[in-house]
Amino acid sequence: METSFWPLAAVLISLLGAIPIVLSDRRPNLREAWTVLIALGKFAIVASLLPSVLEGGGCRFTLAEVVPGVPIALRVDAMGMYFALVASFLWFCTSVYSIGYMRALNEHDQTRYFASFAVAISATLGVAFSENLLTLYLFYEMLSLSTYPLVTHKQDAEARSAGRKYLTYLLGSSVALTLPAMILIYTMTGTLDFTVGGILAGKADASTASILLVLLVFGFAKAAVMPLHGWLPAAMVAPTPVSSFLHGVAVVKVGVFSILRIVFFVFGTGLLADLNLGAVLTALASVTIIGASLVALTQDNLKRRLAYSTIGQLSYMILGAGMLTEAGMTGGLLHLSMHAFGKITLFLCAGAIYVAAHKSNISEMDGLGRRMPVTYAAFFLASLSIIGMPPLGGFLSKWSMVVGAIDGGRLVLVAVILVSSLLNAAYFFPIVYRGFFARDAEDGGEGGIREAPVLCLIPLGVSALFCLVLFLWPTLALQLIQRVVSP
Amino acid sequence: MSFLNLHMYGLTAPLVGAMLLYAAGRLGSRITLPIVFGSLSISLAASVLVFAEVLHVGPFSYTVGNWEPPYGIELVVDHLGALMILLISSVSLAAALSSSRSVAADLHERRRPFFTLYLILIAGLYGLALTGDAFNLYVLLEITSITTYGLIALGRGRAALSSFNYIVMGSIGACFYLLGIGYLYILTGTLNMADLHRIIPLLDGRGAALATAFAFLMVGLWIKMAFFPLHVWLPNAYTDMPDGAAVLIAPLMTKVTIFLMIRVMFSIFSPVYEFIQHMGVQQTIVGVAAVGIVCASAMALGQRDLRRMLAYIIIAEVGYMVGGLWLANAKGMTGAILHIVNDALMTLCLFLAAAAIAHRCGGMEFDRLQGLTRRMPLTMAAFIVGALSMIGVPPTCGFFSKWYLLLGGIEAGQWLYVGALIFSSLVNAVLFFRIIEIAFFPAAAAGDHGGGPQTVREAPQAMLQPLLVSAAALIGVGLATGPIVERVVRFALPVGF
Repeated sequence: METSFWPLAAVLISLLGAIPIVLSDRRPNLREAWTVLIALGKFAIVASLLPSVLEGGGCRFTLAEVVPGVPIALRVDAMGMYFALVASFLWFCTSVYSIGYMRALNEHDQTRYFASFAVAISATLGVAFSENLLTLYLFYEMLSLSTYPLVTHKQDAEARSAGRKYLTYLLGSSVALTLPAMILIYTMTGTLDFTVGGILAGKADASTASILLVLLVFGFAKAAVMPLHGWLPAAMVAPTPVSSFLHGVAVVKVGVFSILRIVFFVFGTGLLADLNLGAVLTALASVTIIGASLVALTQDNLKRRLAYSTIGQLSYMILGAGMLTEAGMTGGLLHLSMHAFGKITLFLCAGAIYVAAHKSNISEMDGLGRRMPVTYAAFFLASLSIIGMPPLGGFLSKWSMVVGAIDGGRLVLVAVILVSSLLNAAYFFPIVYRGFFARDAEDGGEGGIREAPVLCLIPLGVSALFCLVLFLWPTLALQLIQRVVSP
Repeated sequence: MSFLNLHMYGLTAPLVGAMLLYAAGRLGSRITLPIVFGSLSISLAASVLVFAEVLHVGPFSYTVGNWEPPYGIELVVDHLGALMILLISSVSLAAALSSSRSVAADLHERRRPFFTLYLILIAGLYGLALTGDAFNLYVLLEITSITTYGLIALGRGRAALSSFNYIVMGSIGACFYLLGIGYLYILTGTLNMADLHRIIPLLDGRGAALATAFAFLMVGLWIKMAFFPLHVWLPNAYTDMPDGAAVLIAPLMTKVTIFLMIRVMFSIFSPVYEFIQHMGVQQTIVGVAAVGIVCASAMALGQRDLRRMLAYIIIAEVGYMVGGLWLANAKGMTGAILHIVNDALMTLCLFLAAAAIAHRCGGMEFDRLQGLTRRMPLTMAAFIVGALSMIGVPPTCGFFSKWYLLLGGIEAGQWLYVGALIFSSLVNAVLFFRIIEIAFFPAAAAGDHGGGPQTVREAPQAMLQPLLVSAAALIGVGLATGPIVERVVRFALPVGF
């Protein structure tokens, strides 16, 4: 694998980009120009690395030799590339949306907001391109810390307690669970490199391996596996672009991505199958899927309902990987991007509703769909994708997971997926129904079209469209996943 | 061969500076700072050259005035010693920059005695890092302690009482150490460390006397380094001393004493004596260290004053290092030695930040810190880097020493110690994020009393620059952990590890 500067550039561009953003504090237009420019540059760099990954190549870069056998190093492989593409593309959409959202609401401290955002996306790509567990841990922590000012952006009492919860869960779990697990793995194997087929095979017995697996699944609390999910609904006090990108895509998917990384490249699916540890993953995931979907039904605040929906959907990815069949793993990985596009659309719609109508509770949104048809159409498409209906992307991933469950002879898991999909429909359809058909509570008649600013509408339209596009042309995603699942 | 004298220039520069400063009398108030910075710069330059020399050529020893050991005084410049003088001289120069501002504000006309003591203290620390003679070590240890008593007594409020407490405890520690040296001298007839190291294994049948000597030496040093439960003098002393003194004493004193413990354990005695001939001792000490880490961390949670909280964290960190050394494996010792450097740097960073905050806000009670991230963004950014290092977040250096300590703990099967380290990391996370939260959120509507943070501005350059450099050093040293271990720490481990 060739050494190249580009993986580092992909990570650093937005980290260094935070500097001109901070420096152009007094000139908002210039500052936003930087944000968009950096987002474009980032996506371009990531995309330019794609061809070599598809050819089976890839590249790496060592930053520093810190511990014998464990450098801080970046490597671009299929799995990292898959996540990085999704994240950097959606970051671009969110950046555009952020400008519209923050300006429409005339928010305070926009410079801090955009700078923290830039650091957060750097950390996300760092996780995607990490060559070993130590590097991943480094960027994982960086992401927790850089998103703290975003979560607490409002700086009121609620934000304070949400921020406290956020860091307690994320930092506490990573220091108390991930760090010891990482050191134990290093003690046993002398390495932390992500290796095809895993590094623990033959080095860990069944009890050690299961303890490590549980430590790591909960240690990466960003994946919000119950009972370590409480930070995610709390984090919804953040501005909506933060919720949409970070708590629909980057932060939570970093959690899932980290778990999938260790499942495929530290434990290795072979070892998990031998020790029958896939069941641990699927059991934890199933409980979360059903539990979170039930709680989502009871939430009236739109963003909180979406947050609980996210908790459930994240566990789908872990469920798919835990099946340890090829179709199941493919489905789990595929769901990562399908859910990303779907959930970000839903959040962007929630934000658009807040900007245009200043409403955040579902019970107050009666008849709103008639005034915001574009937003509601996008919301409808995205919710269909999350539920898993054709012709939308979410159908492919859920279908693949059902096939995987049947392949593995685990009919219980099929039931879990089906029940959960019904629950998904039960918490999404009423929103859309009330939006279009319920009598308008406010003025009883048509108030004319009152959509959010166009800078908000375009990104959510694009991401909704991608839910459809990904159903029709999932080739690129499947190609990359293929390299992960059967190398 | 003039190269071999360089460390003597590094040692004498602050000493001569102190004498000049005092001799100049009142006339010298204008040349105070030039003398301080001049002598410390010479000291730093000499340290850098000596360090480079040791890396390239290897350790060497030096006889002061050509009086041959075992009768003359021998200085030993090995990898560990060279690392220590580099650490001491760079930390003291950074601290002096910040001190020059806070002393001008706090101490006014007492600036000259302050800096006289300050320079003597630095010379004493420098000498401790180099000495190859057990009795000389005692003398230098007392020089540093007595200057520290004086510096603490210059502080505000109950500083005189805190200093007196420290004098009592410090003197008890010194007595223990002196008694230990006395025993060794009676047993061996020598005070030279290399000589002692050679003779001690031959002392058959004097086990009890030797063990007493060893125990006295250890207890003496433990009191001086505030190893739990012998730490009670430290929190008051460190809270009440002037800010200008805290930035120097807090990073260096305990760390240099740990270094002295390494000298006693491995240069006078040997790993065989501590870990093989007296097997049970090691378990006990690591256990006490673990309990100390947990207790000190818990006590830090109860503090409402930034510097007092930092003082308890220092006590916990002493437990890290003592425990790491007594794990009796290469990884634990590597971690402990690495942590001497890292802890000195992160304590420096945090105390510099605390001094800057105190300079602008007039105190360090948590209530005064509200809204500081906006008013002193650079100071707080550096503070956050220091905090992350204390918590152990990569790539700051605190992570890597903790990494080695944890590896060593697991290898030795000391699960209590491993648990204590993780507990302490979690407590540190709570401690520091509590402060960051206070600083991040603007002052509550009710509290604009007492001048308030409304008038607070970014720290003056003289305090800000060393602070930013130290914060950058935390990340730089963290990323350079590999080479540091490979080229320095590896050679500092005792033979056989």
